[in-house]
Amino acid sequence: MSASHDVVIVGAGGAGLRAAIAVSETDPRLSVAVVSKVYPMRSHTVSAEGGAAGAISAEDSLDEHAYDTISGGDWLCDQDAVESFVAEAPRELMRLEHWGCPWSREPDGHIAVRAFGGMKKKRTWFAADKTGFHLLHTLFQTSLKYPNITRYDEWYATRLLVDDGRVCGVVAIELMSGLIETITGRSVVIATGGGGRVFPFTTNAAIKTGDGMALAYRAGAPLKDMEFVQYHPTGLPFTGILITEAARAEGGWLLNKDGYRYLQDYDLGTPQPGPVLRSMELGPRDRLSQAFEHEVEKGRTIDSPYGPVVHLDLRHLGEKIIDAKLPMVRELCRDYERIDPVHDLVPVRPVVHYMMGGVHTDIDGATALPGLFAAGETACVSINGANRLGSNSLPECLVFGARAGRSAALHAADAPRPGPAVEKQGHDERRRLDNDLFRRDTGTDRISTIRKRMQTILEDAAGIYRDGDTLTKAADELRELRERAATAAVDDTSRRFNTERVAGLELTGMLELAECIVHSALRREESRGAHQRTDFPERDDNRFLAHSLVHREPDGSPRVSHLPVTITRWPPGKRVYGR
Amino acid sequence: MSDQITLRVARYRPEEEDGEPAFADYDVPLRQDWAVLDGLNYIKDELDGTLAYRWSCRMGICGSCGMMVNGEPKLTCATFLTDLAPGPVRIEPLDNFPVIRDLVVDLTDFMHKLGQVKPWLIRDEEKPVEEREYLQTPAELADFKQFSMCINCMLCYAACPVYGLDSNFVGPAAIALAHRYNLDSRDEGDRERLTILAQPEGVWDCTFVGECSAACPKGVDPAGAIQQAKLAAAQEAVKSLLLPWRSK
Repeated sequence: MSASHDVVIVGAGGAGLRAAIAVSETDPRLSVAVVSKVYPMRSHTVSAEGGAAGAISAEDSLDEHAYDTISGGDWLCDQDAVESFVAEAPRELMRLEHWGCPWSREPDGHIAVRAFGGMKKKRTWFAADKTGFHLLHTLFQTSLKYPNITRYDEWYATRLLVDDGRVCGVVAIELMSGLIETITGRSVVIATGGGGRVFPFTTNAAIKTGDGMALAYRAGAPLKDMEFVQYHPTGLPFTGILITEAARAEGGWLLNKDGYRYLQDYDLGTPQPGPVLRSMELGPRDRLSQAFEHEVEKGRTIDSPYGPVVHLDLRHLGEKIIDAKLPMVRELCRDYERIDPVHDLVPVRPVVHYMMGGVHTDIDGATALPGLFAAGETACVSINGANRLGSNSLPECLVFGARAGRSAALHAADAPRPGPAVEKQGHDERRRLDNDLFRRDTGTDRISTIRKRMQTILEDAAGIYRDGDTLTKAADELRELRERAATAAVDDTSRRFNTERVAGLELTGMLELAECIVHSALRREESRGAHQRTDFPERDDNRFLAHSLVHREPDGSPRVSHLPVTITRWPPGKRVYGR
Repeated sequence: MSDQITLRVARYRPEEEDGEPAFADYDVPLRQDWAVLDGLNYIKDELDGTLAYRWSCRMGICGSCGMMVNGEPKLTCATFLTDLAPGPVRIEPLDNFPVIRDLVVDLTDFMHKLGQVKPWLIRDEEKPVEEREYLQTPAELADFKQFSMCINCMLCYAACPVYGLDSNFVGPAAIALAHRYNLDSRDEGDRERLTILAQPEGVWDCTFVGECSAACPKGVDPAGAIQQAKLAAAQEAVKSLLLPWRSK
């Protein structure tokens, strides 16, 4: 059985839905398939809290947004991409307003903007602190009015179909029935988000297993800058639930065990009572997470059952501001930590939050494979460089989701229909999946055992600070794990809603990504942004003002090469905060 | 306090030989900060990989993990085991939906209804994006904000006795969403949506039991939305009697 469309989009979060609508806007006659392993409103965009950056105020400028982004990214951003991004972000956010997004407002009815980490001006649009939730629901609800969009909700894509070098669809499992089907299209957009679940402690939802990156990588598209993994400085211990940066933008303080605003010791400025842009608690995430590690070394953190923590202090903001600007922070603290930030200090620690790397694309979302496009966290354009600034990821989903959708639409108009080779690939994949399902009940390892081991290896080797020896050992062990994962037990042999089967498929993809992260980190013998090597503590622009590209060799092992960064107007400089 | 608690989990695997609905007991650690969902994940990872359920964000915003916990519809990520001790804790799929398997229910009907109420901004004339935003004061935003907070977790449908008897009822979340757009100062689509809300399976089916609002984990108050929508529908009905040329 097979279904045929013009454009197939994998992933139904911010980038995927924006791409689907962009295809419809470009040419409403094109038939669009949106394939997602969860219902669209479950996508992880829903969890984004603080906001979306787009320069609109009279005091702000596109150049300042570009400079903050580029310096925040430690000069690893492609500056042509950043220039397009900052120019299109306000327009995309305005479009969301026209589609009904309940943006927070000024008293006169205009859009309100707030401060955010690493940003020199107030330019972050927000819908209280549920910005991602409102953005996703607005996109999803708006997408319902386009009759040319067909959704495949709760379908898990297992491979890309490639005919004569061109990507022309996917094979996917319908979870409800277990049916395995080919869904063909003349172009394919991947927008499945990141893969924070390769780490043990993450803000990322269970679904964030990097499926789309693995799909593209296996089909031959290189992944870019995978060593750059963002730790957000303020996650709740145990759950890893994110406490938004907006909490600090509204005036929250980070305190060590002595009640001291320790960031002043790390070249991030001097403490003032109120929030100061690009200073102290509003420094960039990489620098704040690194400062935490140093506080641990100095013995100035607080012990908790889940390791060392520091305190986020919001008490001086008062109940009124917290309820108006940070209602979700209060809700999350109450529901999940049983504390009230109006009266209590909030324990926090750095937590894996975002992958700057992803499928290598150009500025139009095109990957190295004809017919394959990518956008959002799955992709690496790169506007985020070595460290993403908070509130740039939601507009990235919109700007590059729209760009990838338009590119996919144009490509679909000219590309030929998929040829007969595709049917055979679909047949082969169906057989592979069925063999796999019914052969695995005798495996010795549990999926969860291998997953946990992978997560521990990555946290130890590819955490906030890294070194060559540990990375080398991790690479070896991950290769072994990849072999073991292929035979790990799947007890569940039924076709209907088999989540264990999906977990097994996710795990094999995650192991490949884990290897990509470790190998890219090993080859980058410098420290830049979120990638800090204790054995190479300085940034090295002579050797590494370059993106890492990981290619998959025929035996499944990763091969790393480098690609120069595009510099337009901002030559590499020193990152200065707090001054 | 014991360091274990029993989860009595509804199992249903129609493909299997012994696939009749039944309960299975699993002992899981009883930890201070474990939610019911952590217990289920412990079962899945350590005890029985065949258990099927949905979850994702585990922070109460994605709406995936709604189940009946001791007979009440709950988000399992936000319902804590210590509050249910000593147990056993009965965990079942959400009421009023067909069960696909184990704790996974079929949402096809709701997804269809969601599209039916036209949950998007409808304008007589759309302004170009270049002309910037539709102005909306904080007070105008506050008029509908509460009804925009629905996470589609389906707890209200599981709680709704009317939906339990008649699945044609549009239901609390979908009506609340329609009402959210009707109340939005930027929207001009209320009469279009009214034709759906005012049909027999629309707002009039609701007997105002209020169970939906009690079950809602996000304070949306769908019952309030339905009551307000009834009033709007009644006013519209009176208008169309008095001013028949206004109706479409």
